[in-house]
Amino acid sequence: MALEKEKRQQTEKEIDYEKVVQSSSFKQFMQDKKKFIIPWTIFFLVFYFLLPILTSYTTFLNTPAIGDISWVWLFAFAQFVMTWVLCIVYVKKANSFDKQADEILEKMQEGGDDK
Amino acid sequence: MSATVIILFLAIVLLTLVITYFAAKQTQTAGDFYTAGGGLSGLQNGLAISGDYLSAASFLGIAGAIALYGFDGFFYSIGFLIAYLVVMFLVAEPLRNLGKYTLADMINSRFDARKVRGTAALNTVTISIFYMIAQLVGAGALIQLLFGIDYWLAVLIVGVMMTIYVLFGGMTATSWVQIVKAVLLMAGMLVMSFLVLLRFNFNIGQMFTDMKTATSHGAAYLEPGLQYTEPLGTISLMLALVLGTAGLPHILMRFFTVRDAKTARSSVITATWVIGIFYVLTLFLGFGAAAFVGESAILQANPAGNMAAPLLAQALGGDFLFAFISAVAFATILAVVAGLVLSGASAFAHDLYGQIIKKGKASEKEQVVAARVASLAVSVLAIVLALFAQYLNVAFLVSLAFCIAASANLPVILYTVYWKRFNTSGAVTAMLSGLISALVLVAISPSVFSPVEGAALFTGEPIFPLDNPALVSVPLGFLGGYLGTIFSKENDLKRYAEVKVKANTGYKSSGASH
Repeated sequence: MALEKEKRQQTEKEIDYEKVVQSSSFKQFMQDKKKFIIPWTIFFLVFYFLLPILTSYTTFLNTPAIGDISWVWLFAFAQFVMTWVLCIVYVKKANSFDKQADEILEKMQEGGDDK
Repeated sequence: MSATVIILFLAIVLLTLVITYFAAKQTQTAGDFYTAGGGLSGLQNGLAISGDYLSAASFLGIAGAIALYGFDGFFYSIGFLIAYLVVMFLVAEPLRNLGKYTLADMINSRFDARKVRGTAALNTVTISIFYMIAQLVGAGALIQLLFGIDYWLAVLIVGVMMTIYVLFGGMTATSWVQIVKAVLLMAGMLVMSFLVLLRFNFNIGQMFTDMKTATSHGAAYLEPGLQYTEPLGTISLMLALVLGTAGLPHILMRFFTVRDAKTARSSVITATWVIGIFYVLTLFLGFGAAAFVGESAILQANPAGNMAAPLLAQALGGDFLFAFISAVAFATILAVVAGLVLSGASAFAHDLYGQIIKKGKASEKEQVVAARVASLAVSVLAIVLALFAQYLNVAFLVSLAFCIAASANLPVILYTVYWKRFNTSGAVTAMLSGLISALVLVAISPSVFSPVEGAALFTGEPIFPLDNPALVSVPLGFLGGYLGTIFSKENDLKRYAEVKVKANTGYKSSGASH
């Protein structure tokens, strides 16, 4: 354990994380991530909370949609569909983030000289 | 207790013991003990996460709640499911990239402060113990019903089994018990749903039409509002579900059992599909139980509706299916409590003993011994408390666990990864304000105080109106962290740069063990 810590400190001396964070490729990476994660998170939280809010304060979801199945069930099922769709969307996006991260890591280990 | 029940019950016990025997051989280091050496594949870990989620509460509880309250029972399914998106988008990958064994490790990747680690460990222990007592009391009552044995004996059986898994097999045994159970449970659910749909001639529209007249609630059965009539109460519950699940320690721990963030991601994806399908199936089970078992029979077996799924199994497939579902329910309880023991023990042995008392200098052997001693201690404590709690109404413990997880754990996770200005004092105040507000508000809520004698722990008027105070305590957790941060000048930008790079790229310093 003690040995591990020593080794850890040695490597960390070599990497200047502040410089990495300042680099244009890392900044771009963070921006791309933000642009993806924040809007989608807001979207799914709003979509989610809309269900209890609508069922608590209104009754229009109780109107029939298909036969005896009312809108509230369709909305509930849409939550499942949304989860699965976002799951697929996330995987796709995350793969491209992985590539960006790998490029940054490569540069960082070479000495991190990009500006 | 029929012979089939006994045979299947013993088969489950035997199978889990065989798993533990093989797992024990592989458990040599602290890393093996806490995280199965980080060696689970995405599929395995995804199934194990599903197993953690599909506790007796979601399997038996939700099926029962839908059977009795129709749409309102389905709220739980939706809350648990969307919680996955929170985990996937915000928590899983940074957590895996920064942490080693526990949540405290992850927070401490940014702050080397003993008070931060101590507070995080305190939260983990509190949540684990409370949640475990609730599970054990529920398990005792349930096994009493399923197998007709005494409560104390039921608690002891579950308690001894969970202790054996964790003590000898650590995370490897716990994970494999969880995986086996998740597969068995899904198989059982699919068979039952198929049989229910068969009775409705595979016509979903017809099923809804029939359900309008199948219960005493009439058409209202298919509308929200049978169980949750307080708008703010419903919203607060939904908030606790969506954020709390992402902060439960035994769920968080599951992200350390894989090699890297990519595997963590693929395990979340497997889990999302498995759990999504599972929760769709709870609907068929709930409707089926309401239609083919009937409200009065469900209520007679257990007022909370927990017997709806096993009774439906009996109605659909006779004694064999009943025995199978009961045995799976038993396995479910065992696996979830084992996970809880492990997360509680990791906070004691790794955070408090290994990192705070021994300052990270404990030898590998000392760490494993400490982990085993802590597991034993946590198990014994939970068993003793559960034996005393038989006649207490412990429903509040579950909402408490979720509330603390949402109010104390989630704000600090998000701040640590995403907020540049965040500092040591902020981390401590975020966790303490979340913990204390959740504890205090639940203590004065209707879950603890009810004017009706016996309906809750104490008789009296509740001071705070919401059963589940997440709507107030979560903002307090975030506010506590914010105020604690801005009132302290301390701010280590250099360290944040490091955390930011590591959290987002998965870069590990060469010294880190995995």
